[in-house]
Amino acid sequence: MEALVAAVIAVMTSCGVYLMLRARTFPVILGITLLSYAVNLFIFVMGRLTSANPAVIGSGATYPDPLPQALVLTAIVIGFAMTAFVLVLALRARAELGNDHVDGNDQMSINKYLNDDHHANKKGEGRSL
Amino acid sequence: MTLLLVILLPLMGVALPLLTERLGRNRCAIAAALAPLAVLGLLIHHLPAVLNGNILYFHLSWLPALGLDFSLRLDGLGMMFGLLISGIGLLVILYARYYLSDDDSLGKLYAVLQLFMMAMLGIVTADNILLLIVFWELTSLSSFLLIGFWSYRSDARKGARMALSITGAGGLCLLGGALLLGHIVGSFNMGDILAAGDVIREHTLYPVALLLVLLGAFTKSAQFPFHFWLPHAMAAPTPVSAYLHSATMVKAGVFLLARLYPALAETEMWFLIVTSVGLVTLVFAAYTAMMKHDLKGLLAYSTISHLGLVTLLLGLGTKMAATAAVFHVINHAIFKASLFMAAGIIDHETGTRDMRKINGLWKYMPHTALLAMVAAASMAGVPLLNGFLSKEMFFNETLHLRSYGFLNWLVPIMATVAGIFAVAYSWRFIHDVFFNGEPIDLPKYPPHEPPRYMKVPVEILVVLCLLVGMMPNLTVAPLINAASAVVVGGELKEYEISLWHGFNLPLLMSFAALAGGLLLYSQRKGLFAFYDRGFQLDEKMLFEARVQRGVRGSRWLTDTLENGALQRYVMLLVVAALVAGTAGLWPLASLTGPLPLTPVDGVSVLAAVILAVGALGTVLVHHNRLAALLLLSVVGLIVALVFVRFSAPDLALTQLSVEVVTIVLMMLALYFLPQLTPNESPPWRVSRDIALASGAGIGVGLITWAVLTRPYNTIADYFLANSVSGGGGTNVVNVILVDFRGFDTLGEITVLAIAAVGIFAMLQNLNLPLPGADGSGRQWARDPYPPILAVLARILLPLALLVSAYIFLRGHNLPGGGFIAGLITSVALILQYVSSGVVWMQQRMGWNYRSMATLGVVIAALTGLGSFVWGYPFLTSSFTHVHWPVVGDFELATAMIFDLGVYITVVGATLLILAQLGMLTQPGRMQTRPVEEEA
Repeated sequence: MEALVAAVIAVMTSCGVYLMLRARTFPVILGITLLSYAVNLFIFVMGRLTSANPAVIGSGATYPDPLPQALVLTAIVIGFAMTAFVLVLALRARAELGNDHVDGNDQMSINKYLNDDHHANKKGEGRSL
Repeated sequence: MTLLLVILLPLMGVALPLLTERLGRNRCAIAAALAPLAVLGLLIHHLPAVLNGNILYFHLSWLPALGLDFSLRLDGLGMMFGLLISGIGLLVILYARYYLSDDDSLGKLYAVLQLFMMAMLGIVTADNILLLIVFWELTSLSSFLLIGFWSYRSDARKGARMALSITGAGGLCLLGGALLLGHIVGSFNMGDILAAGDVIREHTLYPVALLLVLLGAFTKSAQFPFHFWLPHAMAAPTPVSAYLHSATMVKAGVFLLARLYPALAETEMWFLIVTSVGLVTLVFAAYTAMMKHDLKGLLAYSTISHLGLVTLLLGLGTKMAATAAVFHVINHAIFKASLFMAAGIIDHETGTRDMRKINGLWKYMPHTALLAMVAAASMAGVPLLNGFLSKEMFFNETLHLRSYGFLNWLVPIMATVAGIFAVAYSWRFIHDVFFNGEPIDLPKYPPHEPPRYMKVPVEILVVLCLLVGMMPNLTVAPLINAASAVVVGGELKEYEISLWHGFNLPLLMSFAALAGGLLLYSQRKGLFAFYDRGFQLDEKMLFEARVQRGVRGSRWLTDTLENGALQRYVMLLVVAALVAGTAGLWPLASLTGPLPLTPVDGVSVLAAVILAVGALGTVLVHHNRLAALLLLSVVGLIVALVFVRFSAPDLALTQLSVEVVTIVLMMLALYFLPQLTPNESPPWRVSRDIALASGAGIGVGLITWAVLTRPYNTIADYFLANSVSGGGGTNVVNVILVDFRGFDTLGEITVLAIAAVGIFAMLQNLNLPLPGADGSGRQWARDPYPPILAVLARILLPLALLVSAYIFLRGHNLPGGGFIAGLITSVALILQYVSSGVVWMQQRMGWNYRSMATLGVVIAALTGLGSFVWGYPFLTSSFTHVHWPVVGDFELATAMIFDLGVYITVVGATLLILAQLGMLTQPGRMQTRPVEEEA
């Protein structure tokens, strides 16, 4: 089971890191999310793998380590707040810079997307009118 | 307590001139003078006690764990410096009132001046060596502001920067030295350190500590080769120069030597370093002073030279030399302050400080001339003036060197040479400025006497020169006794300062200096020519070149590392993590630890496969963003199952509800973003990234494997043992969150609330075009909200709220709690938003989620504060069991109120984020719908 858990965390880390190295904001955010899953799992299994009963007093003879669980619980919630923040940052960047490149200064994509937007808006207007 | 006022008054005085500046210059000056006047009065009030050898103490514990206490002491040495600092400070305030033009802010100058005064008073009264360093650094910082007061001038900025770099670097050395002293003695208390002189001197770290302390003192007191910042600090307004370079800033270094004298002095190392540095500074600066054509430049180098004299005296290590040093500190402060002020008057009235232009001013300003001449004569060491007395003692002490070989005769000879130069430059100050023909090309002509009160400070100081010079025993002798008794550690042999010791060698040296100086001055033309031909180091150019090189270097490094490409930063981050991780794993003999492995079951393998497929699928289809998002949600759900599998129900519940919220949020955001990611990465980048990502994944996998197969020690036993007795709950995870580590949780919900408010701010005035179609050009559906979903969601809402209430209430004892309940409530409400729209929800639930998030944090914080009321530390919880009918035995804990705060914060923050983002879609929908209806 240990090898399985290690492999699962490894796969999630790899996929997360690969996506974080992409040039557009949305894949990067997907990557951050994947990586945070991996990190949460990693911290969680630092309390070792136990599958007897939850860390509730009286539920069994031995208990899993409650400390990593408590740490990961808040980490999940904070991770959500961070993902939301980065996501909105990406929206804002897209609005201010006209493209969704992570550096915001990708000239090729600016041109392309300006055209696309123009195109899309025109199409939208055409239909609604 | 009155001792604390010595520091507090100037600190409070900082505000006064700023507040009164609008009321006119006179009132501003009076307001600025209040604090120094009060300090002076306080010091004089304590003077009799201190003169009798008493030491006043004040103690306030500050950071006892670091050995840093706010403790003050007022002994003879501190008293002497304190009187100089506050007294001359007072005169400078009066002088600056007339010196500063209307264009400059008088209030600002006074404010910084008092800040500086506070720091200086702190240095001389600190009874804790770390506290002394705090004040020491404050003088560096406030002097930076003072020297750069005319911040629009390039030379002022450069001079200030140079002073700050040199004295700041010295301050760091001093900190090192102080820490070493504290380490050797075992205490940072000044009294302990001074009493442990023998221990310090015999310690193996003594040479290091001594060198570091001396570096601090020498940089501050502008000793060779760190002297060069002082002449460039002359770019300051003259009142500042008069204050910094007579009584205060540069004297801090000398004070430090005197203060630590009992702890560090009287070793061969001390003698050799301090004496030779003092000697070189004394002679070199006296020679340079003679060659400066700038009035303030002359005074600057003469200041350096006199500081060298005091340093040399302290280095000699005899008790009389220390007395002479203390005496000369007073004398130099008095005559140098008056000379700087006189130079300022001349500058003020003629518009220049170039002595080649300023000549024959005696005719135009005889009163000022007389004052300056007396002060300059004192600087030269003319009999009947105070400068003569301490210089006489100095000459006498140089003759009493024993057992240091050639230094025995070199020191007195060099002292006489420096004396000759001192007479020459003093005489030049008198002759070149007030006589020597007519003025040449003065910017302001004709010069005339300054305003009456501008001369008052100079007059007071010159009268002091005369009084001390003629009646030393009636004026300063008791103070010198008290101060030097502190320096040498109490046992001062009987001596008397007298005007006349008979015809002896020191007197001969004095007269040789006088005659030689006059002779030297008469040959000045040749000397200047020789100086101009000779090698001259422009320290400012050198220093600036170094600074520029440093700036260029760091800019190059920054530009190289930081080129604005996020992909590159992430790449560097991953590479760095790989390197650090490899370096950490390398020493491991075996990756696999001794623990036996747990068995694998089929369901787990299946889940792992699904998870891996989901993750890899997310990557493979990431160009189609919606598909990638859906696959990502699969991963999230399996992660929740992993938590279930390894007995963490709390985590599973949290992960599940967060997953829902996250995916909804991302879908919402995706609406505004391009639906497709262009295929733009070149193949080399793709392969590089695959390599990096695989490396990172394999590394993390190996670490996980290595950890999981090894046993470990946990602190969890404490939580498990005390959860019921200490926290009143059986669900240890929840008890840790709301009780044991409640402070962390408070921090975390604060972060959550801040993130939500940040998102709210970022979404203000956000102008995103509403896309009409998805990535492949298909129109977005314009159907109204699905009615079946809406009805079902409405029926579900009360049920969901009931569940979340149940989860919340049982959280202390069974899996659940504020975080999870908050998320469930959020999901239930978000479902309403999804099924019925923002407008529909707003009509029914116009809550202000911002206030809600804040309220949650406030409730949690108040719960924590509540324990103060009962005298317990922050966030101590208390609990009791009550028996409710029907429900049964029920536990009430204050932790529950805290958890309620968590709950409210989570609901407020989550809904704030989602509702705000959802609102963005609204204007478009509201616009398009009527249009459709019309069509």
